[in-house]
Amino acid sequence: MRIFDLETESLRTLNKMLQAKVHDTNQAHWQIENPKGGHAIAVGLDAFIEVTVIGSAGYYCGGMNKKATINVQGSVGPGVAENMMSGKIVVEGDASQYAGATGNGGMLVIKGNASSRCGISMKGIDIVVHGNIGHMSAFMAQSGNLVVLGNVGDAFGDSLYEARLFVRGEVKSLGTDCIKKEMRPEHLAILQRLLEEAGANCRAEEFTRYGSARKLYNFNVDNASAY
Amino acid sequence: MCGIVGLFLKDQKLHPDLGSMLTTMLITMTNRGPDSAGIAIYGPGCEDKCKLTIQSDNPSNDFKSLVDNLKKTIGCDVSVVKKDTHAVLYLPTVSIGAAKEQIAKRHKSIRVMSCGNSIEIYKEVGLPSDVARRFQIETMTGSHGVGHTRMATESEVNTMGAHPFSTGDDQCLVHNGSLSNHNRLRLNLVRNGAKIETNNDSEVAAAYLTLQMQQGSTLDEALRSSLVDLDGFFTFVVGTKYGFGVVRDPIACKPAVMAETNQYVAFGSEYRALVNLPQIDNARVWEPEPATVYFWKH
Repeated sequence: MRIFDLETESLRTLNKMLQAKVHDTNQAHWQIENPKGGHAIAVGLDAFIEVTVIGSAGYYCGGMNKKATINVQGSVGPGVAENMMSGKIVVEGDASQYAGATGNGGMLVIKGNASSRCGISMKGIDIVVHGNIGHMSAFMAQSGNLVVLGNVGDAFGDSLYEARLFVRGEVKSLGTDCIKKEMRPEHLAILQRLLEEAGANCRAEEFTRYGSARKLYNFNVDNASAY
Repeated sequence: MCGIVGLFLKDQKLHPDLGSMLTTMLITMTNRGPDSAGIAIYGPGCEDKCKLTIQSDNPSNDFKSLVDNLKKTIGCDVSVVKKDTHAVLYLPTVSIGAAKEQIAKRHKSIRVMSCGNSIEIYKEVGLPSDVARRFQIETMTGSHGVGHTRMATESEVNTMGAHPFSTGDDQCLVHNGSLSNHNRLRLNLVRNGAKIETNNDSEVAAAYLTLQMQQGSTLDEALRSSLVDLDGFFTFVVGTKYGFGVVRDPIACKPAVMAETNQYVAFGSEYRALVNLPQIDNARVWEPEPATVYFWKH
């Protein structure tokens, strides 16, 4: 295991070293100390390595991640795992705004709460939040799964496309075109697998599924020529 | 962007460190706004005297002629502590009105930064580290304070456009965001007797809160009504003689993080600003909720 201290070495050096790793690297595990809320820690990774961040990170932690597994033993600022492609990011604390925004794949787990705009414009990522999430979450979410064990703020799933939303607690209000949907066996199976992968100790049957009513302008075939 | 910080000390043992703690916090936020920086410190006051913090681009001549004039016209005892382009005048509370009148009438190159028993505001164009050094902020003692580093969107980059804004005695406000209804609101406030000196949107927010409090609202009530009357993006941190408040607009896209221990309450635009505070690893750290007023009082 390589220990990297951000107090004595620069963030740029760290990211350059991590980004240079390839599949057959013999340095499979990295530990980053003294993040002190710094931005862009462990971004743009593209190898099956494990990175542990000891402490809290700032903006865009693990952004654009591919293949790597990142564990943050603290909280993260805005935009954690933004545009993640694959791999897994686990945050032991809370996440600020737009966690997992525009993510294409992989899994983001927030053990605490996430704030506003969680999963905004998600495109295939799976996000599991053990606590609550804030307003405008899953806005224009296109695909993937957002699982919330706690409660959800205002305007949930506004202008949603095909993403699946699962909530165990209360939803303060639904956004335009987002509705409650039937939980069918295939949804329960997907949800149960996600809960297990995210280390969430609860049953899929406790959740409600939400999704798009497909009533907005863009869903009407008569408007196809407008696009 | 803009970066804001605030610190409300519950433990008197930390009061001597207020200036240095706030300085460190603000310098960490430098890359959120390089245009100008400012700090308001609520320090020790004396009940029968009032502190008038003033600024001039030509401090040696301007401050001397002001003090000479005040001695002559008001006949009161004036002591002066000069710091770079700023100075704090200690005046008998009864003479404050007359002194302000003299400044407005006869010393047009002098600007009033703040007035009150406790507050002192220092702000200039430049980076937080330069501003803090010029005004020796690190040596300042006090019970609470706020700081701001500006990336200008509304109004000019100059001393008067820097934050904090003070529109009432012992009151100040720092703002991250931009207001969209400030022009109309400015007209209404001026019609109701508010004194607004710049075209800056944040000064309008400060004057709005001042007027609400003049009309009998407490700080937390004034902050609550700002959620109804102000349109736009805002995270505000405000100070009064004994109070410290935080509010974010309902959309809450301007970042904010808070920390509380039994020694202090701290605010930062980012967590980075808080990492050097004592016992931060054991503090309760949270993101203030949208459209929710947070308020502490000594």
